[in-house]
Amino acid sequence: MNTAVEICGINFKNPVMNASGTFGSGMEYCGLVDLNRLGAVVTKGVAKVPWEGNPTPRVAETASGMLNAIGLQNPGIDVFIERDLEFLKNYDTNVIVNVCGHSVGEYVEVVQRLAECDNVSMLEINVSCPNVHEGGIAFGTDPGALEEITKAVKKAAKQPVIMKLSPNVTSIAEMAKAAEAAGADALSLINTITGMKIDIYKRRFLLANRTGGLSGPAIRPVAVRMVYEAAHAVKIPVIGMGGIASAEDAIEFMMAGASAVAVGMMNFHNPGIMTEIIDGIERFMQEQGIDDLAEITGIL
Amino acid sequence: MISEKAVVENKEHLAEGIYGAWLKTSAAREAHPGQFVMLNTKSEAHLLGRPISICDIDRDKERLRLVWRVAGYGTDEFSRLEEGDRIELLGPLGNGFDIDSLSGAENIAVMGGGIGAPPLLGLVRQLHGTGLKNIDVYLGYRSASAGLFLADEFKELAAVHIATDDGTAGTHGTVLDALDSSGKAPDIIYACGPMPMLKGVKQYAEENLIPAYISLEERMACGVGACLGCVVKTRFKDAHSRVENARICTEGPVFAAKDVDI
Ligand SMILES: Cc1cc2nc3c(=O)[nH]c(=O)nc-3n(C[C@H](O)[C@H](O)[C@H](O)COP(=O)(O)OP(=O)(O)OC[C@H]3O[C@@H](n4cnc5c(N)ncnc54)[C@H](O)[C@@H]3O)c2cc1C
Ligand SMILES: Cc1cc2nc3c(=O)[nH]c(=O)nc-3n(C[C@H](O)[C@H](O)[C@H](O)COP(=O)(O)O)c2cc1C
Ligand code: FES
Repeated sequence: MNTAVEICGINFKNPVMNASGTFGSGMEYCGLVDLNRLGAVVTKGVAKVPWEGNPTPRVAETASGMLNAIGLQNPGIDVFIERDLEFLKNYDTNVIVNVCGHSVGEYVEVVQRLAECDNVSMLEINVSCPNVHEGGIAFGTDPGALEEITKAVKKAAKQPVIMKLSPNVTSIAEMAKAAEAAGADALSLINTITGMKIDIYKRRFLLANRTGGLSGPAIRPVAVRMVYEAAHAVKIPVIGMGGIASAEDAIEFMMAGASAVAVGMMNFHNPGIMTEIIDGIERFMQEQGIDDLAEITGIL
Repeated sequence: MISEKAVVENKEHLAEGIYGAWLKTSAAREAHPGQFVMLNTKSEAHLLGRPISICDIDRDKERLRLVWRVAGYGTDEFSRLEEGDRIELLGPLGNGFDIDSLSGAENIAVMGGGIGAPPLLGLVRQLHGTGLKNIDVYLGYRSASAGLFLADEFKELAAVHIATDDGTAGTHGTVLDALDSSGKAPDIIYACGPMPMLKGVKQYAEENLIPAYISLEERMACGVGACLGCVVKTRFKDAHSRVENARICTEGPVFAAKDVDI
């Protein structure tokens, strides 16, 4: 039995990783979780310079999920390389660096800096950032803008590039095809779904930013559907995420077409959840007589 | 820091809407006053941990005392816990009260407003244990009729000054009014309570040129510094974030009042 998967020629000891922004750079959880057990550690979005993020409150609980409007606070690429990437050298796992920016140029600069870093296995490009040159519309909600940024990043990147798709679009298949056509090596989805919550007694928005991204089990059926549609629209591998809370959920995403999966909000509820999911996948494979996860990936 | 199922050892109903419990957990081994834990509800609809401060620590028996006010779904569920029940706990989290900065302080003021009082009990017990005697505790409550929870326990360790919103016990007003009417001039303050009170403490400390340590609250998702949900504006670039933002769950919840913009 083999839990390993291969994505863009990179070997993952198992298909389970964290979703960006829910696990810091692993440092915050390394006392609770053995990072060596994970298929990969995916770091919090990093930009060219430090970002302040949004005012608080930045998070709100919702039914079986949460809203967040962190605003991509991050310490900037210099500190990230010196501190976070250096820290991750102590672990035997793949490192996927999530990148954000306000313009194509900013993304490219970060990607160029990362080209020099030898413990970065893959790049994940978060296109749910506001494009300041295009009126703040996210790169990931317009196929043309998505193609443009994918091409620019691919040209500068040394590592394989995962384009992380936003679910806030009419056709996820169209976005998946646009990214593939522009040269993306893989896709990951879904990012959070834009939502809002109002405190009716205080007559106020729960989040200072008014809107935030919904994540957690509440979005899982939407995510499974989108992973299915994206995976069937392209030939490049897909990393699935959105509300994964158990091994069964992870396998559901794989059957829908994901080659690997990421766990986000549920790390907050149970820091041991990723290792429990890895164990659960092994048990499922044993029970079902599955030798290799490729046997079930995209079977539907 | 550990994540485990703690066992409820005894439950207390301390006042109207105020409950307490001792939880058996190995998190007690490394816990300090001012730190907190995150408690999970049993509901699959309410998935974020609820941050609750550590009120008291019993290292020998490996238990933590928590005291909470029913404020919504989770704290209501906790109020119905029974002895022997298990509850998912993550902790201890954050930094406790800095008592090293006490050296030389002669008059210590400890100020708790409402549900801000519990974390100060462990602090006062620790200060008392180190032989410090000039500790004045100022506790603010809604009303005598709702119950002056924990006041008697503070009285065993320090001089207690009460304030109530309706004047039914002690000074009519806030803990700052109680400080005023005590005629004391503290040279250090430790405080926990609602934001308007903490703003008042910060202002008092700045006007009187004394240090104040305040325990802050913010909505939290992870409790361990990973999500960046719980930040407070700081007066300097934070060493971790490299912006003027510190994580309340990790760099706090206790901050030097002069360092934060509240
Ligand atoms: C560091 C820290 C220590 C705390 N210590 C105590 C304590 O010792 N005793 C006590 O009674 N309360 C304490 N609180 C406040 C306590 O966390 C909230 O009252 C509690 O989370 C409310 O949860 P609920 O499910 O009852 O309410 P709901 O309204 O159902 O909660 C919904 C969501 O909002 C969050 N939330 C609601 N109110 C607050 C708040 N005031 N602060 C942070 N998050 C909130 C909840 O955690 C949950 O995620 C503390 C808060 C912090 C940040
Ligand atoms: C607090 C928080 C912060 C996040 N930060 C990022 C980020 O920096 N970059 C990114 O691409 N996605 C970010 N995400 C989105 C997650 O990586 C993931 O796509 C989404 O939460 C869905 O997965 P989940 O339901 O398992 O949480 C964040 C999500 C949360 C909850
Ligand atoms: S609650 Fe996540 S960083 Fe503080």
